Amino acid sequence: MLDLIQSLGAGTLNAVATLGRALLHLIQTVLAIGEPIRKFSLLNQQLFASGVKTLSIILVSGLFVGMVLALQGYNTLVRFGAEESLGVVVAFTLVRELGPVVTGLLFAGRAGSAMTAEIGLMKSTEQLSGLEMMAIDPYRRIFAPRLLAGFIALPLLAAMFSAVGVLGGHLVGVELLGVDAGAYWSQMQSAVSFKADVLNGLIKAVVFGLVVNWIAIFQGADCVPTPEGVASATTGTVVKSSLAVLGLDFLLTAVMFSV
Amino acid sequence: MNSRTIELTVGFFMLLFLAAMFILAMKVSNLASLTGTDGYKVTAYFENIGGLKPRAPVSASGVRVGQVSKIEYDPETFRARVTLNIDKDYAEFPLDTIASIYTAGLLGEQYIGLDPGGDIEYLTDGGEFEITQSALVLERLIGRVLVDQ
Repeated sequence: MLDLIQSLGAGTLNAVATLGRALLHLIQTVLAIGEPIRKFSLLNQQLFASGVKTLSIILVSGLFVGMVLALQGYNTLVRFGAEESLGVVVAFTLVRELGPVVTGLLFAGRAGSAMTAEIGLMKSTEQLSGLEMMAIDPYRRIFAPRLLAGFIALPLLAAMFSAVGVLGGHLVGVELLGVDAGAYWSQMQSAVSFKADVLNGLIKAVVFGLVVNWIAIFQGADCVPTPEGVASATTGTVVKSSLAVLGLDFLLTAVMFSV
Repeated sequence: MNSRTIELTVGFFMLLFLAAMFILAMKVSNLASLTGTDGYKVTAYFENIGGLKPRAPVSASGVRVGQVSKIEYDPETFRARVTLNIDKDYAEFPLDTIASIYTAGLLGEQYIGLDPGGDIEYLTDGGEFEITQSALVLERLIGRVLVDQ
């Protein structure tokens, strides 16, 4: 019985300690953010690795999500004779929710896991200590460029996801199912507000960008430097950042759109 | 991969983002048409606004000329005070213009329709619609039909 309580206490202490290390790591990384801003090529490389390489999966899934939304939305709306509102349904769902959230999830799976594995391997082959031995700060050289690049890339990807999704909805709704093109676009325009919907969706993506990249980098830097440690850290990145994205999405939606 | 290719692809990535934002701003949302900032404010008092919501359209002869910017309850007159933001391109509504709340379609959203009167003076910023017509509440209508029988 006492052992059980002891293990509960140890687990709690461990969780709090990890959270504290994660926060310290984030603060140190943010303090080092001047380096990738000054040295643009560092940032550029990471933008390529986390942004450009994620682009194809984002565009393809955005297209398909938009098409499915149009297909399903049409089936429901046509019962009420309101299939003209298809554009509104597709645009609201994409811009407010699915754009940022699905981008966050895909980004965690595609770029976040790669980042964790890369940093974890650097740690287990002692490259990070090697850098420190050469008086190169890994926070400025390794962590800060990755955090900044992911932070920039995710909102950009989310905007592209939403835009492509709306076009995919047009493809299915207008071209395939025969909704009037004028009604699709004009009803969408009169319902969707740039400030309240598009910009709030982008703010969501910015928050997800920070959280997902923070988790990915910290998981890599904090992993046990063994093959199993890197493997479990990579899994942990995907699991934790997906949960964080979904949980934060609820909170942000409650704050932004509940009125 | 050399740095020129990386920089080029990142550049294209940024361009793609700009294109996406352009689509979202101009095609998906209403940034291109009415921004809601450029215009003048006019108030109207209604006995009952039904289901009117902020950002509902204001139209004259079916053409959208502005939007509802604020709805509040006035405790002194016991009526709803609705503030309309009318686009500055449509600055010439006579003083005796009638503001009525209509419903678009049977189940559609509610909007404010303006029927211009014949006064030679025009409404200006901070003005008020003297004649208004409240929303048609279905329950009252049904109640009246039942009582009449």
